[in-house]
Amino acid sequence: MTRFRPDLRYSDITPKEVFLNRRSFLASAAAAGIMAGSQVSARDFAGGETPNSFEEITSYNNFYEFGFDKGDPARHASALTTDPWSIKVDGLVDKPGTYDISDLVDEAEIEERIYRFRCVEAWSMVIPWNGIELSKILNKFGPQPGAKYVAFETLVRPEEMRGQRRGGNIEWPYREGLRMDEAMHPLTLMGTGIYGEPMPKQNGAPIRLVVPWKYGFKSIKSIVRISFTEEEPPTTWNMLQPREYGFYANVNPEVDHPRWSQASERRIGDGRFNRRRDTLMLNGYADQVADLYADMDLTKFF
Amino acid sequence: MIDRLNSLARKVPNWVFYVFGPLPAAWLLWQGFNGALGVDPVKVMEHELGLIALQLLIAGLLITPLRRHTGLNLIKWRRPLGILAFAYVVFHLLVWVLLDMQLYWDQMLRDIAKRPYITVGMVSFVLLLPLVATSNNRSLRRLGATAWNKLHRLVYPAVLLGGVHFVMVQKVWEVEALAYLVTILLLLLTRVKWRPIGQRLRA
Repeated sequence: MTRFRPDLRYSDITPKEVFLNRRSFLASAAAAGIMAGSQVSARDFAGGETPNSFEEITSYNNFYEFGFDKGDPARHASALTTDPWSIKVDGLVDKPGTYDISDLVDEAEIEERIYRFRCVEAWSMVIPWNGIELSKILNKFGPQPGAKYVAFETLVRPEEMRGQRRGGNIEWPYREGLRMDEAMHPLTLMGTGIYGEPMPKQNGAPIRLVVPWKYGFKSIKSIVRISFTEEEPPTTWNMLQPREYGFYANVNPEVDHPRWSQASERRIGDGRFNRRRDTLMLNGYADQVADLYADMDLTKFF
Repeated sequence: MIDRLNSLARKVPNWVFYVFGPLPAAWLLWQGFNGALGVDPVKVMEHELGLIALQLLIAGLLITPLRRHTGLNLIKWRRPLGILAFAYVVFHLLVWVLLDMQLYWDQMLRDIAKRPYITVGMVSFVLLLPLVATSNNRSLRRLGATAWNKLHRLVYPAVLLGGVHFVMVQKVWEVEALAYLVTILLLLLTRVKWRPIGQRLRA
């Protein structure tokens, strides 16, 4: 069912010089550190496309905890304390409790994977994530047979997250969830970094979900709680606008969204004005994940 | 004081609006082409141009209440403000067609028909068309003041829909967009002729 091509390395995809020259930000000493990280084996899951620059990935974010503007997270996320960091695990598991992040993330298990990233707002990027397969983390807790879903919550800390102090009609914490088989799928990653750097705060430090075949809002950031449930958990955007955002939120050019046409997307960094291209079914991961939805009407379970 | 301002305002020739008015648009375009608008310059241009259009339309709506309540007479500025506002609406639309949707015509047409915030924005644009077409002295003479004034009341629904469009574009309720809509509603309220209830019943 899955088709992994672990033989590609990051250096196969982007020559070092090209990577360095993509954006002028790399002229500094910081480049050395980023590069060092990227030379660990990287597996390409984006069809050989050039990843976006570190600058692009870290300056254009939706992270409403820090404000509605795409530049707000980069401007304001530095206020966030990410050390110490613990995650509360509860629900239908054998080993519930509060875990320090170091108990969950084994540095030796961190791999680099290049995934397409498609936002529901019809823009996209290619991102070299560092992370661990979510299943490896979830299995540590001993999920019980009754657990059908996994729910995630983002930190609530208004003193540091200015977006939580005001405005909007979002009921914090930000919540997301996956069906158990989606969560256990080998493509689903718990992200811990980008370009070999620890996860930047605006991208969801220190640990976030990465589900490459779903719209970006499913990939919840700065996770502090993981719950195993029998029922489908409530999710933030679905709570806000059930007509617009479903629980599954699979990238699907054929399922219309009341707000944006999902048939195409603008690829950030492609040309001066981010060239538009056709959106791929399940964001190009249909070969790997279409089986999960074999018996479902995706226009109903959007 | 007001008299001095009024005579000062009269001295501002219209070309000042047409020459300096488009400069912010040119500046945005220049920045966009030179990578100074961040990772997604198109969205910044689109948003800023639409916002300036809305601000200019609101400025046009302010002129009558200002004159009525403060005696400040800026009526001479109303036509250049309106024409400039329309120009910004067109810039906003062009960025959407050329840089955002990048000539994906079938998707654009479907979007206009199916996505309420785009439908609303497009209706607002269409309502402005007869206004800009008649924003000249010849049309005013040909239509006559009464008919011309009546026609130009179309600006009220156009601005209102512009404000609604702005609120709807946001994914959540945003204070800034709501503040614009409230401002527009208040300015439109000043246009309502309040008559005693008895009189209205007889009318």
